[in-house]
Amino acid sequence: MQIPWISILILLPLATGMVLLALPAGKLKLIRWLSLATALVTFVISVLLFVTYDKVAAGYQFIEKMDWLPVMGISYHVGVDGISVALELMAGIIVLSGVLVTWQTSDRAREYFSFLMFLASSVFGVFASLDLFQLFFFFELAVFPKYLMIVMWGSPKTREYGGMKLTLYLFLGSVVALVGVLAVYFQSGLHTFNLLELEQAGFGLEFQRLWFPFIFIGFGILGGLFPFHSWAPDGHVAAPTAVSMLLAGVEMKVGAFAALRAGLMLLPDGMRFWAPLVIILATINVVYGAFIAMIQTDFKYVIGFSSVSHMGLVFIGFATLTPEGLTGAGLQMFSHGIMTALFFAIVGMVYDRAHTRSLSELGGLYKYMPIAMFGFVVGGLVSMGMPGFSGFVAEIPIYIGAWKTFPASAIIAAISIVVTAAYILLVVRKVFFGETPEAIKPGLTDMTLRDKIVVIGLSLLMIAIGIVPSILTPTIQAGVSHIITLLGGA
Amino acid sequence: MAFFRSEMFLAIIPELGMLVLAGLLLTLSLLKNQRVNCCLGRVTAIGSALVAVLAFIFSMPGTDPTFLWGGMLRLDSAGFLFRILFLVGVSLTAIFAENEEVIRTRPEFYAMLVFSAIGMSFMASAGDLIMLFLAIEIASIPLYVLAGVKFRNEKSVEAGIKYFLFGSLASSIMVFGFSILYGMGGTTQINEIHAAVVAANVPIAGLVGTVLLILAGFTFKISAVPFHWWAPDVYEGAPTPVSGFLSTASKAAGFAIMLRLMSILFSAEHAFIWQLLIAVIAFASMFGGNLVAISQKNFKRLLAYSSIAQAGYILVGVAAGTEFGYTAVVYYLMVYLLTNLMLFAVVGWVEKAAGSADLSSFAGLHKRSPITALAILIGLLSLGGIPPFGGFFAKLLVFGAAIDSNLAWLAIIGIVNSVISLYYYLRVLKMMYVDEPAGEVALKSPSLEFKIVLIVCITGIIVFGVILAPWFNIATLAAGGI
Repeated sequence: MQIPWISILILLPLATGMVLLALPAGKLKLIRWLSLATALVTFVISVLLFVTYDKVAAGYQFIEKMDWLPVMGISYHVGVDGISVALELMAGIIVLSGVLVTWQTSDRAREYFSFLMFLASSVFGVFASLDLFQLFFFFELAVFPKYLMIVMWGSPKTREYGGMKLTLYLFLGSVVALVGVLAVYFQSGLHTFNLLELEQAGFGLEFQRLWFPFIFIGFGILGGLFPFHSWAPDGHVAAPTAVSMLLAGVEMKVGAFAALRAGLMLLPDGMRFWAPLVIILATINVVYGAFIAMIQTDFKYVIGFSSVSHMGLVFIGFATLTPEGLTGAGLQMFSHGIMTALFFAIVGMVYDRAHTRSLSELGGLYKYMPIAMFGFVVGGLVSMGMPGFSGFVAEIPIYIGAWKTFPASAIIAAISIVVTAAYILLVVRKVFFGETPEAIKPGLTDMTLRDKIVVIGLSLLMIAIGIVPSILTPTIQAGVSHIITLLGGA
Repeated sequence: MAFFRSEMFLAIIPELGMLVLAGLLLTLSLLKNQRVNCCLGRVTAIGSALVAVLAFIFSMPGTDPTFLWGGMLRLDSAGFLFRILFLVGVSLTAIFAENEEVIRTRPEFYAMLVFSAIGMSFMASAGDLIMLFLAIEIASIPLYVLAGVKFRNEKSVEAGIKYFLFGSLASSIMVFGFSILYGMGGTTQINEIHAAVVAANVPIAGLVGTVLLILAGFTFKISAVPFHWWAPDVYEGAPTPVSGFLSTASKAAGFAIMLRLMSILFSAEHAFIWQLLIAVIAFASMFGGNLVAISQKNFKRLLAYSSIAQAGYILVGVAAGTEFGYTAVVYYLMVYLLTNLMLFAVVGWVEKAAGSADLSSFAGLHKRSPITALAILIGLLSLGGIPPFGGFFAKLLVFGAAIDSNLAWLAIIGIVNSVISLYYYLRVLKMMYVDEPAGEVALKSPSLEFKIVLIVCITGIIVFGVILAPWFNIATLAAGGI
């Protein structure tokens, strides 16, 4: 019998989360090691899936299926294609990094790690869902861990506002999409939530035009699409470090990924019809996000808005409907996930030592945390799209795709490259160079070994992809080729 | 003897069983023995369980509805399921009521509870308007008494009187509607009314007017707009287990008769009229309940407004008017019964332990009493429609049914309301898990029994949300009986 890798990947963190809740709160060591062990196992499985995924055969692999509610065509149905296997890998990496960088959490650690595990299970589940009902099931599963983690461990000033805003926006987005998905379900007449069957259903043009925005914009809210992006910076800033990493790194991709799966792939004609609008919104995302990031005075907000800016590129990639654009979008999801997780990890490390995130109160940290600076500069170069880093590999195809279809958006969005360079360099100068203010000096110590491993590991990964894109690109392309067939193109 | 067949008696064995149980409870309560009084809740629960077993053995309906007692009763799967639902409601309420100090001194509480359940049971299987009206009154009158059972407490008395006045007003409007219906069609047999009305060529406006009158009684029962005003005051003033019972079993009974009556009065071409009527009520109830709930300071009042909104969601399924919609309604009611009964029980427990049901006394509950905080967390998330709890699938079904019946706008209103409701549910969760406790001391641990029942309820809510197939099939079966 084949080992159900994906089920283990999804259910193991869920089980660990429940076991953790049942442990006595005092067993700090056990709690940490159990979480780390789980994160390691999921990481290894995600690597395994990525490596053994057959890029030549493409299509959906590692499929497992079990009846759930046959009368309504609901089943437990998991499997991955080229894009989702890459995203699973990204999620695996970020969950592991998240556990490592917040290892020291001692305030209600049991609940903290337990909720983190629930969150991990939720994202693994969404990426692997081949059943729309199941996709929602796993997505909504994250609602209460998300909210409680932000309000319990978030930054005291804004956590209530940020947490509530984030949770309600994400819930609103997902339920709007749910209405669209239910419409698809009933319209298809197939009585199934099976994505593979719904893909082939071939919906009428009118229907697609009417319902596409519900699904795409609904999920787009989760991906930070303008003008529904404001939850992202507020929520990410309010959240504790590991949650920021997971939310910005993975959850925003969950939104974009679901928009792709349920929006673009089920209703391709709807996407064609609405592409100009999506392009306009996404271009605003890219440029506006970058400009707003530049004027932030809070270290974490800079990163929060840069996420909004970069996610715009993913949506531009979708809307081009070209192989280049879609491949770029897939790569960008991966690259940005890793990059933003790295950024948030570093922000967390800086904050833990300096106890401030205000750019004007930071300075000269390179003397104390050289590795953090290294990581931040690498992340910054990725963010600017510098050749030799993963950001370049991801953004170039998107711009090529955009140039082919909506040249104006390519030109306007390109402004963001300059602006991104400006705010990244500005932050590097303010935080890592110059004089260290006396006020923050007492707390400054070097990073722990765990932190160093995370920062170096994530940085090297992005450089590796930048230098040898073939680690990632063929897998993504395997996923994109299937989408192109659905679009009716060659 | 043609009219005296044994199946007539077999069919009402559950009701007869409940009658015996109620008589037994009444006798026991006359003993005025403190020790007997303390375990009456358990007697009620075990008795109800026995009645349920009897029902399964003797009164299982066939696939087609049968009419008994001269058409007064209609034995079908829907009536059967609701009967079981009421019995579960009675058992849980009785167990939770044992914790209430006041009820220990008013042991007739349990007998009243069972009498009311008999009425509900007949409501769900009434085949005739007269029977229906009688059943509603049998169900309601004990509830008026129960709401005011703490007769030395001003709020409870106010609750009892308010509930009585509202209830009798709504009942009289409804019975007026019934009489017009009889006048138009010349029959009181529910399943013959439609044909009679068509044969008599009743103008559609007249029919709509009559339905409006009847809806007064129904919306009162299910606490939907516009007859919802009693709910917050009564839920707050009545003993907590009674509030729980009112918001679940009593509401389910209201929905049972609504499903029976509304769907058959209009012919297919005019179905959109009653659908629209129900949709408007659903719309108003969802917004009315949720928007007012946001500003509540008392947990019971918050639950009251939330239950008005919940009635709105369930009505979305009624408005769909399809068998799928009715399935959704039944599924929703099953989940909702369990969830709300548990929530009211926990709120009642905290009220007793912490001294008040104000939201402020729930602050930091996580530290003071983890298990009750967990129960509230799960209950509220289920009401909010979050998986893996039953409320998620129930909501998905009602909204799905609406979309299936071209009522997508109503589904969208529904999801907007889900978001609003999540806001105030999450705020309560935040209070319990993040805020500092109102009092330093840890609350005394709940009794073992209470814990067990809570865990059973929690498990049930999760089972409803994860293992979908059996419940969905049961709900489909019941909906098929309507």
